[in-house]
Amino acid sequence: MNILNLFKIAIRAIAGNKTRSFLTMLGIIIGVGSVITMLAIGQGSKLSIQQNIAEMGSNMIMIHPGADRGPGGARMSADEMQTLTLDDYNSLCNEAKYLAAVSPNVSSGGQLIAGNNNYQTSVTGVSRGYLTIRQLQVEQGDMFTEADIKSGAKVCVIGKTIVDNLFPSGANPVGQVIRFNKMPVRVVGVLKSKGYNSMGMDQDNIVLMPYSTVMKRILAQTYLQGIYASAITEGMTDLAIKDIRSILRQNHKLGDGDDDNFSIRSQEELSSMMNSTMGMLTALLGCVAGISLIVGGIGIMNIMYVSVTERTREIGLRMSVGARGIDILSQFLIESIMISVTGGLIGVIIGITISELIAVLSGWPVTVEAWTVVLSFAVCTFTGVFFGWYPAKKAANLDPIEAIRYE
Amino acid sequence: MKEIIRLDNIRRDFVVGEEVVHALRGVSFAISEGEFVTIMGTSGSGKSTLLNILGCLDTPTSGEYLLDGTPVRTMSKNARAALRNRKIGFVFQNYNLLPKTTAVENVELPLMYNSSVGATERRERAVTALQRVGLGDRLNHKSNQMSGGQMQRVAIARALVNDPAVILADEATGNLDTRTSFEILVLFQKLHAEGRTIIFVTHNPEIAQYSSRNIVLRDGKVRDDIVNNNILNAAERLAALPVNDDD
Repeated sequence: MNILNLFKIAIRAIAGNKTRSFLTMLGIIIGVGSVITMLAIGQGSKLSIQQNIAEMGSNMIMIHPGADRGPGGARMSADEMQTLTLDDYNSLCNEAKYLAAVSPNVSSGGQLIAGNNNYQTSVTGVSRGYLTIRQLQVEQGDMFTEADIKSGAKVCVIGKTIVDNLFPSGANPVGQVIRFNKMPVRVVGVLKSKGYNSMGMDQDNIVLMPYSTVMKRILAQTYLQGIYASAITEGMTDLAIKDIRSILRQNHKLGDGDDDNFSIRSQEELSSMMNSTMGMLTALLGCVAGISLIVGGIGIMNIMYVSVTERTREIGLRMSVGARGIDILSQFLIESIMISVTGGLIGVIIGITISELIAVLSGWPVTVEAWTVVLSFAVCTFTGVFFGWYPAKKAANLDPIEAIRYE
Repeated sequence: MKEIIRLDNIRRDFVVGEEVVHALRGVSFAISEGEFVTIMGTSGSGKSTLLNILGCLDTPTSGEYLLDGTPVRTMSKNARAALRNRKIGFVFQNYNLLPKTTAVENVELPLMYNSSVGATERRERAVTALQRVGLGDRLNHKSNQMSGGQMQRVAIARALVNDPAVILADEATGNLDTRTSFEILVLFQKLHAEGRTIIFVTHNPEIAQYSSRNIVLRDGKVRDDIVNNNILNAAERLAALPVNDDD
């Protein structure tokens, strides 16, 4: 018996029952389509969150004063808040390996005034390295210089939101003098817009000044609210954290038994937390879709089973003209595989189309990945074999004498 | 003449519950090439069982059955399937055509299970067989678009297509009206004239008059085995029949 003939026989049988074949396929079409769409939505949101985190600077390391005691209110004493100093910053600049950039972080809230416009915001005192750490770019003008930092110059670089609020007429802000509270400052640069981040925070509501200016002229304090750094690559983050920790412990003269009086967090922790959450969501969506695929498979078994009973006489006839048990088995198996594979193909097309439609209509970042297509296709072929086997076996074991006279 | 079928003391017992039913109790006869044999008997006479054995669908409990020189009793299921495919053509009372399938595809069916016949040859042989039964103009009609007589002709073409050693007909005219029955009988006589070996199982005694030999079964044994020296011509009888008004 030639396999090509078996295929021909199966195709003729399917073509002879178009409606029933289509209804059987429907389960598989919906199953595969939903697996692809659901996984595409899951993958898409995972990807977009990863992008958002990368934009914030995925290599970023944040050092804050005080021990990391987890969440739970204001338990820090005043002197614990003041453990990070400019000395720490300088030693990190000079000694720390694996770091691409380091910047102190001091900030103060207040009002910005330009002419008769004002805007309530906060200024952040940083070094030039801050641009690298947060992946910011200066669009107009320039970043303040090392000399500005040394002298504590009254200069600032502002974000798009600040420009829109202080200069609604569209005048070029670079070179203009504005006031922070009572202190006049000169705008030397405007940052390129970054829009909102994934938590909905406006990343353009930002005013950068030399840290020395903020410390001496605004806050009049000698300690830092934090130090931000950036590892050379994401993979070096852990090494960098270890390195920073040993430098800071040495600086703070902490003994072996003492707890850290500072805490180090990396963006990587945040991103891996987000990833695992999104991974769970994707798995959940995949499970729901997978169940519908299994239901589709059972649908195939159901129809094939009924079909064997309904076609008993046909099977008897085929046997009487010389079909062996294996020929009948192969025919029914090929029929169910062809139904599920055809259904799978249609499902893949529909799944991709719906994913694209969702992407266009809702603006969600939907990504169809090749492995989801391969997976769902493999599953539906397997479904065809698995759920087609039992009815096919039943057909092959029919007694031709009884089958041919079956009413 | 060459011997196509030889039955030697064939017995077939069925176990039904605790009882043993003896369907055939020692049947012996031989059929030579070119004979047109009718096998008759009332229901319960064992004629269906005999047909199943002749058609290699069933094997005897004891005795020997030689089909075209091949002993069948000890054959495996698959070997018997192959034997049916090459040596036997079945014609059934209820035609047993594949539904919603064209005449040609129905006739091709036995050749689909014969890997030595290619697609082109298969189609040619199916068309030739249909032409021989007078359906050369209905090759692509589907089985549900045909009358009973036409469907039976397709079934006969299907039985002819593998060039079998013997054609086994099981009440082949049982579902047809008188006129169509005679048309089919004419066809069988034509095949007989061409040298085909035909075994026609029926309970209609009239048909025996058109065959060359009549075997009568009763209670699982051969009661009569008579050679018919006065074969009636079905074509003449058909011509004498009144023409149906609604045809």
